[in-house]
Amino acid sequence: MSALLEITGLTKQFPGVLANDNISLTVKAGEVVALLGENGAGKSTLVKAVFGLIKPDKGEIKISGNTMHYGDTAGVIAAGVGMVHQHFQLVPVMSVTENIVLGDEPRKAFFINRKAARAQVIALSERYGLQVDPDAIIEDLPVGMQQRVEILKALRKDVKLLILDEPTAVLTPQEIDELLIVIRTLAKSGVGIVLITHKLHEVMAVADRVLVLRGGKAIGFTSPAQSDEAGLAQMMVGRSVVLRVDKTPAKPGKPALEVVGLQVLDDRKLLSVKGVDLVVHHGEILGVAGVEGNGQRELVEAICGMRHRIAGQVHVDGAETKDLHPHAIHAGGISHIPEDREKHGLVSSYSIADNLVLNQFDVEPFAKGWVRNISHVNTNADDVVAKFDIRTPSAQNLASSLSGGNKQKVVVARELSEDLKVLVAAQPTRGVDVGSIEFIHNQLIAARDRGTAVLLVSAELDEILSLSDRVAVMSGGKIVAIVDSKDADRNYIGRLMAGLKE
Amino acid sequence: MTQSKKKSFDVGTWVIPLIAVIIAMVIAGIMMKFQGADPFRAYKTLFMTSFGSVKGFSATLGKATPLVLAGLAVTIGLRAGLFNIGAQGQLVSGALGTAWAGYTLTGLPAYIHLPIAILFGIFFGGLVGLIAGALKAYRGVHEVITTIMLNSIIMGLSDYLVVYHFREPGQLLTRTREVLPSARLPFVFSLPFGFFIAIALAAVAWWIMANTTSGFRFETVGRNKFAAWYAGISVKRTLMTAMMISGGIAGLGGAVETLGVTYRFEPAFNAGLGFDGITIALLGRAHPLGIIPGAILIGGMRAGASNMQFVAGVATELVDLLMALILFFVTAPLVTRFFKNSGSKSVTGGWGA
Ligand SMILES: Nc1ncnc2c1ncn2[C@@H]1O[C@H](COP(=O)(O)OP(=O)(O)OP(=O)(O)O)[C@@H](O)[C@H]1O
Ligand SMILES: [Mg+2]
Repeated sequence: MSALLEITGLTKQFPGVLANDNISLTVKAGEVVALLGENGAGKSTLVKAVFGLIKPDKGEIKISGNTMHYGDTAGVIAAGVGMVHQHFQLVPVMSVTENIVLGDEPRKAFFINRKAARAQVIALSERYGLQVDPDAIIEDLPVGMQQRVEILKALRKDVKLLILDEPTAVLTPQEIDELLIVIRTLAKSGVGIVLITHKLHEVMAVADRVLVLRGGKAIGFTSPAQSDEAGLAQMMVGRSVVLRVDKTPAKPGKPALEVVGLQVLDDRKLLSVKGVDLVVHHGEILGVAGVEGNGQRELVEAICGMRHRIAGQVHVDGAETKDLHPHAIHAGGISHIPEDREKHGLVSSYSIADNLVLNQFDVEPFAKGWVRNISHVNTNADDVVAKFDIRTPSAQNLASSLSGGNKQKVVVARELSEDLKVLVAAQPTRGVDVGSIEFIHNQLIAARDRGTAVLLVSAELDEILSLSDRVAVMSGGKIVAIVDSKDADRNYIGRLMAGLKE
Repeated sequence: MTQSKKKSFDVGTWVIPLIAVIIAMVIAGIMMKFQGADPFRAYKTLFMTSFGSVKGFSATLGKATPLVLAGLAVTIGLRAGLFNIGAQGQLVSGALGTAWAGYTLTGLPAYIHLPIAILFGIFFGGLVGLIAGALKAYRGVHEVITTIMLNSIIMGLSDYLVVYHFREPGQLLTRTREVLPSARLPFVFSLPFGFFIAIALAAVAWWIMANTTSGFRFETVGRNKFAAWYAGISVKRTLMTAMMISGGIAGLGGAVETLGVTYRFEPAFNAGLGFDGITIALLGRAHPLGIIPGAILIGGMRAGASNMQFVAGVATELVDLLMALILFFVTAPLVTRFFKNSGSKSVTGGWGA
């Protein structure tokens, strides 16, 4: 039987970066191949080339034996390839249903049969266990929900080869489990699958083979049978990685962040934070655990001045912060790693250097009075790029030229580079490779040890459990329990998250 | 796919406008041929008139003066993500305000009268811009709509004012009195003084955009207003300020034209200057200095048009045709990119690589 996908000698040079260096890969029907590699290793570049979105400098791509050409995405789709992009390809002003059926709409005479389309979407969502609201408008949805729409869109047509570029980065653990089952089922029915992920346990769970990339080169193949998580991590980073977090016990000081009786509406104007009281002390990390959609996002945005507080207050070191005023919040001592890095965290057409001072551009040393000090901006950028290992030939390159994980590192680095009283970190390691996760975790702990109060929100329960000194469990818009980290056992927290009483 | 930023020389920046101008001239030339005219002769006359002699070139720069300012006005808007179609209305408001101050305020020495008259122009242009900016910031009304509507309002209003209130006594023509000598801008090296003001302002604007925190605020709002807001920039205030400054610069264009060239307000005088500003801004790729060559080119076409008609028998409207074609070819790539960057499209931003 001939291979579904056959890549031979693929090479792609970007200005200053050899993104793919003579890479070859075959994927057979019914096989799950995981692509593993650090941020910027060239994974997205490789799959984009398969889909005809990037023009390779050298090499050949065959699908079911037929050579594919750059630009011919229609031909690639016709050959039975479906792709979930790391960078979403949805129309923001259209509904979920419209986006999913786009390009192949059910018709009734000359019109789109909206009822049928909606029914199809509901059936699809039930079949794969990915919950979506068929009538919601894309631009109102959080990224996790958009990701589900992307996946459903790719699964709607019967594909022979399914390419998934970090589909799990923004999904909840339950959804990830469902998706992994879907992947296995599809593979059993003969679909070939290429999966990109930074979560090693997912690779261990579903992959038949693993191709590890480093610096654009194929380091080699392995498989879950031949290796374990530590082995995979070592192979992709080239050194051994500590997957567990080492930290000393916290020495909490005075209360830094105090949230009192906070109530917040979500985008649909429904009450989603229903009276939250929280205290985070200097020198401690408080993790907020919860199933996505239980008000964590709204809580964070309200604390950081990006969403209206309909009741309650937020104090930093005893001083009340202003509602709906990100500038005053930052000046008042809160820094914020936002959940949606593309929308809020970055200006993609700015240089990396400018992005690294996005919320400090008008203060010393980056400006003197009215005039920006560009040379300080640039030296700062060179330092941070080196310290956070942001993979780019130059800090003067545009942020849009960075790989996904490196964009995340830019945002994290910016927020960690000044010591404020409080750090609100929403999904700080989303899309980041294991080596960099280790680094970011150590930086968060170092910030804690310097006396910063850290409020950590993450969909990764493991991240919460390993970093936090205390864990607050959020369910139904309320904090249902606050648990000391030494009592925070995975199952117990999981039950609380699900809304079960003890 | 964005390429890495090249600090020095970016080919796309200069090549696209150049190609747009060349294609436009070829097409217009073919059309002249069909009309039985000789395009080579027409172009030769056009450009020899405007660029072939010192006198002609001075006239060209004179024509270019309000165009530099109109182009700069549109450019400042574009930088903050605003498409200011209303430079025309703002320029006319400025011209009328300046003219009024120029002939009613009597007994002032030039060093007081002249700045006051200019400030009137900036003020009224800025006011009209501010209206559109405030509607955008607080009511979310798209500035393209409001500025187009304001253009019509200003046109009607200024006609009315000149006909019924500000008309030169005993005149049949709808025009105001001449501004007093104490409010006139001098000629320097046979160029209107406004030309130097315009070039200096373009240079200052470029420096501000590139080096100041205000410039950075403008740019950030123009490129991603969600990130701007997150970063603590007041998006509403920035949009309003940008529209006001844009309008003020257009108003200044009307002021220097009135005080330096026409000496009075007459509705027909300023026809189309603001709209030419749009073409110029796009031709100059929304770069504060890039607009200068564009303004001079178009000023030259305007300056040489009547001689071309006289010598080559091609109607002066050819220049309008050329302008339309240039606009068409230069905007095709640019406008699409502008709307792609400025809209709320970034909402779909995923975990992009
Ligand atoms: N359009 C581009 N212009 C310039 N460089 C680019 C461009 N796209 C990607 N690169 C560079 O190519 C390299 C590989 O990028 P790629 O997106 O393939 O990484 P990745 O393995 O998908 O990383 P991640 O895990 O962070 O998503 C990176 O160094 C990136 O900066
Ligand atoms: Mg990637």
